[in-house]
Amino acid sequence: MRKLTVLLLWLPGIVLAEGMGDADARHLLSRTGFAPTATEIREFAALSRTQAVDRLLATVRTEPITPMPAGINDFMPLPKLRAMRQNATEEERKRFVREQIEKGLALRAWWLQEMRVTDSPLTERMTLFWHNHFVSSQQKVKSTALLARQNLLLRRHAVGNFGELLHAVARDPAMVVYLDNVSNRKGQPNENFAREVMELFTLGEGHYSEQDIREAARAFTGWSLDRNTGDFRFYRVRHDAGEKTVLGQRGRFNGDEVLDLLLAQPATAEFITAKLWREFVSPQPDPQELKRIANRFRDSRYDLRTVLRDLLTSEHFYAPGNRAVLVKSPVDLVVGTLRLFDIHPQDLRPAALATRNLGQDLLNPPNVKGWPGGEAWINSQTLLARRQLLSRLFRAEEMPGAAAAPAGDPQAMRLHRRGLQMTQDYRFQAQPWFSQFRGTAAQRQADMTRLVLATAPYEHIDASLETTALLSALVLDPVYQLK
Amino acid sequence: MHRREFLQYLGLAPLAAWSGGLALAAAPGTDYRRLLVLVELKGGNDGLNTVIPYADREYYRLRPKLGMARDQILQLDEQTGLHPSLSSWMPLWQSKELAVVQGVGYPQPNLSHFRSIEIWDTASDSDRYLDKGWLTQVFEQYPPPRTFAADGVVVGGSDLGPMAGGSTRAIALTSPERFLSQAARLENNAGNSRNPALAHLLKVEADIRQAAAGLRSAHAFRAEFPRSAFGNSLKAAAQVVAASRQVAVIKVSLNGFDTHSNQRNVQARLLKELSEGLVAFRSALMELERWSSTLMMTYAEFGRRPQENGSGGTDHGTANAHFLLGGAVQGGLYGERPALTGLDGGNLRHSVDFRQLYATATEKWWSLPAGSLFGGHYQPLTVLKI
Repeated sequence: MRKLTVLLLWLPGIVLAEGMGDADARHLLSRTGFAPTATEIREFAALSRTQAVDRLLATVRTEPITPMPAGINDFMPLPKLRAMRQNATEEERKRFVREQIEKGLALRAWWLQEMRVTDSPLTERMTLFWHNHFVSSQQKVKSTALLARQNLLLRRHAVGNFGELLHAVARDPAMVVYLDNVSNRKGQPNENFAREVMELFTLGEGHYSEQDIREAARAFTGWSLDRNTGDFRFYRVRHDAGEKTVLGQRGRFNGDEVLDLLLAQPATAEFITAKLWREFVSPQPDPQELKRIANRFRDSRYDLRTVLRDLLTSEHFYAPGNRAVLVKSPVDLVVGTLRLFDIHPQDLRPAALATRNLGQDLLNPPNVKGWPGGEAWINSQTLLARRQLLSRLFRAEEMPGAAAAPAGDPQAMRLHRRGLQMTQDYRFQAQPWFSQFRGTAAQRQADMTRLVLATAPYEHIDASLETTALLSALVLDPVYQLK
Repeated sequence: MHRREFLQYLGLAPLAAWSGGLALAAAPGTDYRRLLVLVELKGGNDGLNTVIPYADREYYRLRPKLGMARDQILQLDEQTGLHPSLSSWMPLWQSKELAVVQGVGYPQPNLSHFRSIEIWDTASDSDRYLDKGWLTQVFEQYPPPRTFAADGVVVGGSDLGPMAGGSTRAIALTSPERFLSQAARLENNAGNSRNPALAHLLKVEADIRQAAAGLRSAHAFRAEFPRSAFGNSLKAAAQVVAASRQVAVIKVSLNGFDTHSNQRNVQARLLKELSEGLVAFRSALMELERWSSTLMMTYAEFGRRPQENGSGGTDHGTANAHFLLGGAVQGGLYGERPALTGLDGGNLRHSVDFRQLYATATEKWWSLPAGSLFGGHYQPLTVLKI
């Protein structure tokens, strides 16, 4: 009964007998993608909850739509890099560093563009989820090429099979560098990868011992990369083929066999399912429902479609108490705003810098645990920066020129000089966007509010507000930060 | 005239803020009236050319190009001297307001900027990952008075560093004026929500409003600040101190110490900015009669490698020299002079754990209980007159 009341309050629009209706459709699409448009909501509103999730899962992609920037995949052979380091002049070195920074920025912009234009936002959300799970950071990996290749790998498996993804990531060159497996050799093991694969990628803390880590590390000895191509390479002479004991099992395990031992543990399915729950459903998983879904995930041999279908059709997903309880990440906020308001910039580099400014520098998670997310996204600095970004986007008079760089802010002035400020390219086309709302002023206000916010606004919205003034009030309402 | 304005008029506002906070003070004797100012030397300042063991021949062997000529060094004693760019600090050295701590570091040092500053910011061991900054950890256990404008203010950067994570009331601003104008657009709507995410947003909004209300100030200092980004930050920091309500911590930073090449010129310029900036800040705080209740502390992710590199610079290293300044500082040399023979993989060994500096701030400066704030007890330095 309570649910019905909420529906009626929040959705005076049409609820088709067989369809999930606008409110559920909006909820599903904003949790599994970025802020949906009215058109997308209408399409899904006619479907049942199960049909809607099936449609989302049927349309996932394994390849990007947007072509990667030319040359971004080119790996600089390490001997060549070393020679350059030794022989380059100061000028050449500076140019090289600048080129590397530009390349990294281009890759971030490419990804954000893909998020902006994709017809499968779920693919992007899952790719980002795995980027924050199997963390590799450019701070350490350096090579943009390796991170570009890793992104392609993550999206290929994004909604595929977790076991296959785990095996693939373990031999991903960016990961091999990031967690120091390049220096993991027989007799001189480096335990970094073995530790994180248990603590952060599969089992979670408390389900393994230090001895398990030491033994597992030996199994991954010799997993390294080719210095010339940047591809994964197994060096047999560096590999420790001796007997190991991992999680109570004894054998002459290699790395793949250790990964299979980890996948066989129930803790792994629960750990991954809980993380997906926090990503899509709510900050606090329900223990019983979690166990049920995790068991089915493991029984499906880690089929990600299975676990996502279970989570997204669970009663908990639609529970009134779980609506609007997740904080938008900076990427959610920026990409969602561009999508919702039909803003089509050619150059997404300013957007990449904006997400960084808000605390999420793509390809550079803060540490191996990734961005903590949730409430941690919001502090005084990031909240004011979010509000500033939003008020600038919708303050029409500032957009065309946006000429004057904010005085006294050296970073903004630098970006301005380099043409990396959000300017005309990010212009909100007010007239066409507002024309989608019809009827009386009160109706238009109600419809716009329901489209823009995940729940009723926190602040009082004056009935006289229309168009740009109304929109500013909505995006500056604290509820706009939630999904 | 309201009571607060009246008190401000009399120059008694800090006292009023304190008496209001007394009831809420975390532990008996806790004294957050004493201000801590952190100065981050971003990029990793080369401590060996800042506090120079000029009597050690090994120093000149390791630094054939970068070694400072003996006659230029500002001698502190017969072994140790300061970089000539720090000359404006010599009066402070003489008046014993400047303490030099050598050999500050931690076990199993990490040489990545990023990871090492995270270790410093979170006061973690080298192999532990913590989500909360060390001041956040302190303030969650012993909150500063609610009457303070904020627990801490970060000036001139967006990174909350030691105040990141958790429920600290930390405010980041470039200048008080800009912060106030941004904050002014916030709806003045106090409130709460049963939705925890919304409640968090409302709490942060309330923190911003409270800080904005307490940070209004337009004190005209006689002190002249250097005309640079760092000078502007220090001036903004002084404005924060002058404001009607207090804060427990202010953090400023000076960028550019990652001197892999052309170190001689770059470091000379930066150290001059540093020393002259802090001297100006000291004058401003003396105008406010706050210098004796202010402790300044420098820090950085790491020091640099003793052996200079082939590009007239130095690469990432480990242990480093740092400074404490303030009216209550017992000036002098602390820690151990770096041993330049018997290096650890080419790098210095530390003699003082950086968490001892933090413990000095918490136990000695703020009189918080000695305990295991940072995952173990670290012995504070006896570097304060209090």
